[in-house]
Amino acid sequence: MDEAPRDFGFNTRAVHAGQRPDPYTGASATPIYQTAGFVFDDTESASAYFNLQEYGNVYSRIMNPTVAAFEERLANLEGGVGSVAFASGLAAQAGLFFALLEPGDRIAVAKALYGGSTAQLNHLARKLQITVDWVDMDDPDGWRRSVTTETKALFAETIANPGGNVLDISLAAAVAHEVGAPLVVDNTFATPYLCRPLEFGADLIIHSATKFLAGNGTTIAGAVVDSGTFDWSNGRFPSIADPSTAYHGLKFHETFGVYGLLMKLRSETLRDFGAVLAPFNAFLLLLGIESLVVRMDRHVANALAVAEWLREQPGVGAVRHPALPDSPYRQLVERYLPAGAGSVFSFDLESGREGGRCFIEALSLWSHLANVGDTKSLVIHPASTTHRQLSDDELAASGVAPGTVRLSVGLEDVGDLVWDLERGLRAARGSAVTA
Amino acid sequence: MQEIVLNAHTVAIVGLSASELRASHFVGYYLQRHGYRVIPVNPNEERVLGEQVYPSLRDVPDHIDVVDVFRDPAAVPDIAREAVEVGAGALWLQFGVISPEGARIAQEGGLAVVMDRCLKVEHARLLGRMHWMGFDTGVIAGSR
Repeated sequence: MDEAPRDFGFNTRAVHAGQRPDPYTGASATPIYQTAGFVFDDTESASAYFNLQEYGNVYSRIMNPTVAAFEERLANLEGGVGSVAFASGLAAQAGLFFALLEPGDRIAVAKALYGGSTAQLNHLARKLQITVDWVDMDDPDGWRRSVTTETKALFAETIANPGGNVLDISLAAAVAHEVGAPLVVDNTFATPYLCRPLEFGADLIIHSATKFLAGNGTTIAGAVVDSGTFDWSNGRFPSIADPSTAYHGLKFHETFGVYGLLMKLRSETLRDFGAVLAPFNAFLLLLGIESLVVRMDRHVANALAVAEWLREQPGVGAVRHPALPDSPYRQLVERYLPAGAGSVFSFDLESGREGGRCFIEALSLWSHLANVGDTKSLVIHPASTTHRQLSDDELAASGVAPGTVRLSVGLEDVGDLVWDLERGLRAARGSAVTA
Repeated sequence: MQEIVLNAHTVAIVGLSASELRASHFVGYYLQRHGYRVIPVNPNEERVLGEQVYPSLRDVPDHIDVVDVFRDPAAVPDIAREAVEVGAGALWLQFGVISPEGARIAQEGGLAVVMDRCLKVEHARLLGRMHWMGFDTGVIAGSR
């Protein structure tokens, strides 16, 4: 008698999904398929692959078995039907919006957003003749007020960088579906371990896999995950539902159903963009995800301990950790992030811009660099780095003040992290006295 | 679903189009490439994918393991009745072919029923190649 298929847990899937031991060699780790092309069985197979009539490896700018193992693992953990990896999170984001949008379309995007994403969307808007409607995601009516009949997507981060705003996913999804648009969520800061937005109605996920998924700060990578539940044939998405000129009139949604968008994203957008993930980078991501759960638990605990300590220190203004008891996002954290609100948050130095400079220069254990989600603790002063391209208004809108410092709390001993921060705070207070 | 995919030999595709761009043609071509005998059922065609086309399931002279349907959902109840009548093994309704009534008729007639799924996708999921396109197969194993 057939055994019922087992519903494997998250930990098990983080270690195994997308990869089985190599059937030929027995290798337990995923082989790095460092090859540009793949030999066809015969001419019939070759044409079947090119016509998308059969799934097969053709060329590593479109697909690669090591990359596929990462894609399937991420899709599995997020609860999606599949995923397409890109060379970076921003490449994934540009690729997805390029696939979805036509000139004249609008997208509604949370103002509280990673500065690089804001800059990219502003560029895309100019180059592709689309309009970005910026939304106050903290306002319960913000999404509804910002969507129009031309809106083709709603976009926000689960936990905003660096303001720590938490998205009300179900609310945004409801508004999106009222206007027949997908909700796209950047789940980088939460990872599928802390939050799975597809379970709350989101349709598409974007990741900068560079962060907690890779985990060790080794790899630039990104991905798009699709829930497979959005109706691309609702009359609003001709680029996915109508005949594609790139494939002799193939209709991606009709032909591939729930896999239609991802097939288009891979075989048209990624093929054309060329922003492909390297097999070695995919290998590092697979290693990273194997330890995602144990790392995230420690990241979450360390970050909360550091945030609680910071709140008690002189010279420190707002501490924007969404899981703190008095955070305005506390209820959203309980609903969407019950296992923790990640380990990236920001706080304000009362000593402003100069205080920020002195603070960072006095640190010796924390690394001053432009990344987050590393095992090592990282610190940055957004006003002079990641958010430098933004105007003052855009800066304020993304939750950044001149004295705002962003922390990405790593896996070190909390006592050591706090010891170093104490030295930085002392230097910042000194700057305020002498200024 | 797994048993249907792995045990079937003969698949009658109702609504199999002669156009290479239609989903039904993709599936038929794919199934042929993977060793299935594909029997096209379509009153408007004579030969598709090198096979003789029959106007209805009743006209097919051989046993049918799976009736794979690419038709308007409104046509499904009649197709299901025919499938029961000819003693087919299973009724498979493709993506978007959703007919609870058709499914009920087939089930009551003793057929296994799959609805709103693609036979090609499920085959690729079970036999591995779907994994190469970054799709979740749901396969979890540490054994060779």
